[in-house]
Amino acid sequence: MTGNANVAQDASPLDPREEIVTHLPAMRAFALSLTRNPSQADDLVQDAVIKAWKNLASFQVGTNMRAWLFTILRNTFYSDRRKSKREVQDTDGAFAATLANKPDHDGRLAMADFEEAFVQLKSEQREALMLVGAMGFSYEEAAETCEVAVGTIKSRVNRARQALSALMNLEEGEPLELTDQQTLAVMSTNMPGRGDAA
Amino acid sequence: MAQQKPKHNLDEQIEMNLKKVYQKTLEEEVPDRFLELLQQLKEQDARNDR
Repeated sequence: MTGNANVAQDASPLDPREEIVTHLPAMRAFALSLTRNPSQADDLVQDAVIKAWKNLASFQVGTNMRAWLFTILRNTFYSDRRKSKREVQDTDGAFAATLANKPDHDGRLAMADFEEAFVQLKSEQREALMLVGAMGFSYEEAAETCEVAVGTIKSRVNRARQALSALMNLEEGEPLELTDQQTLAVMSTNMPGRGDAA
Repeated sequence: MAQQKPKHNLDEQIEMNLKKVYQKTLEEEVPDRFLELLQQLKEQDARNDR
């Protein structure tokens, strides 16, 4: 622990209350990966922001606020989920499977297929992969955020990757890529202004 | 096969796709409800400080 309160804070970090807003986009994306539902995701973010605000005193200025906020967010998610037990049983796997079409067997991956495969993963795998794979967290940061050992995060990430490959019927070495047409379609939907790539 | 490290390649592809899936949310403007919420929380604090 480096709790040196008297270390000079020359850089005068942002007031945590002002900093929260800068993490909202990432919180919304993380929440979406957990809830798999945009309106539930934003409700979750709202609850997490309120909790974070109430507990701001426990945030150590200068440490990783995003990780701190994500911890609150995921704790809120899991505690909500425990409260609504009926939903829990169906939350991972079975529920998603009904939504997802069977992936195509041609080894090509459409964005929709990837998304469908991803939402079928267990929440602990989704969050691990999301943090490490999409958010650029180190294994250590992800472990801290999820309050588990580093080795646990590593194995969750590995299992998530294996599960994704299996769900999409990918053999090792088989290209996991969008066809050109699909890429363009996705780019034009997701990246306004860059749809004229061809 | 030409690809000697398919595993790593696969990992990268997964990350790339994952980023794409959530890119839209990351780039979206923060909805007003959150800005309003933060504003409310600040005002609440200000009142309590008095």
